[in-house]
Amino acid sequence: MKCKTIITELADYLDEALDPILRASIEEHLGKCKDCRIVVDTCKQTIEIFCNSEPAPLPQTTRLRLHEALAKRLRRVRA
Amino acid sequence: MSSSKLDPVARRPLPSQVVKDDESALVAAAKAGDISAFETLVGRYERKIFRLTQNREDAEDAMQEAFLKAYEHLQSFEGNSRFYTWLVRIAVNQALMKLRKRRPNVVSLDEEVNTGEDMVPREVEDWGPSPADRYAQTELSEILTKVIGDLDPPFRIVFQLRDIEELSTEETAEALGLSVPAVKSRLLRARLKLRQTLNQYFRRGENK
Repeated sequence: MKCKTIITELADYLDEALDPILRASIEEHLGKCKDCRIVVDTCKQTIEIFCNSEPAPLPQTTRLRLHEALAKRLRRVRA
Repeated sequence: MSSSKLDPVARRPLPSQVVKDDESALVAAAKAGDISAFETLVGRYERKIFRLTQNREDAEDAMQEAFLKAYEHLQSFEGNSRFYTWLVRIAVNQALMKLRKRRPNVVSLDEEVNTGEDMVPREVEDWGPSPADRYAQTELSEILTKVIGDLDPPFRIVFQLRDIEELSTEETAEALGLSVPAVKSRLLRARLKLRQTLNQYFRRGENK
């Protein structure tokens, strides 16, 4: 298996969406190729860092404008 | 890393999954005209929806219109998907519409994406354990906002939906009007690009 194959299969590998045979040969390659191992591991960490990050609070003025717009629309619907 | 086998990507439960129990009751109440129930739903998701629409010129408008549209069409929400997934789809449509209006030639979600030789990373450096812990929360948040903002929109939106908002590949494809293979190739590109950009912050020896 070539390093390029690891890259093309990387997304499915990380999403655990590969068939077991392909998965096993990727893991065999990862056992021998340090560069690919680092790429796969840091890519996994990239996803984890983003998906575990808290969304920042809304700026106060943005939040205020959102709730004002909602209140206006909701009042109209109700009327 | 001593083993070639990786643990699955560690994701914490989404707020929408944690609170799913009372979500359908809130949606039902909102549908029956309970405005405060809808406001509770808005309060629950406004930060996430704003994160999804930000990095764009019309972020605030897109978010506002998404919530207003959701309220307007609430009766047509049948509960076949999570309310949050439904809301995300509306927000994405609003954001894309705005972006296309402003920059019609820049945003093409469905152009061919090359997944060839050039994707093999040239720069391979280990990050060591828990690289994000080297930064304070606000600083980390600024870094993440900046690096994701530098991604081209067709890649950014797929990464946001798949890896941050945790829609499935199929849901992402449906929300963006793309094929499943197109979602996968964009996701791969986005992940590799982000990994490469984060290298400068997280590589071993990069001490704050």
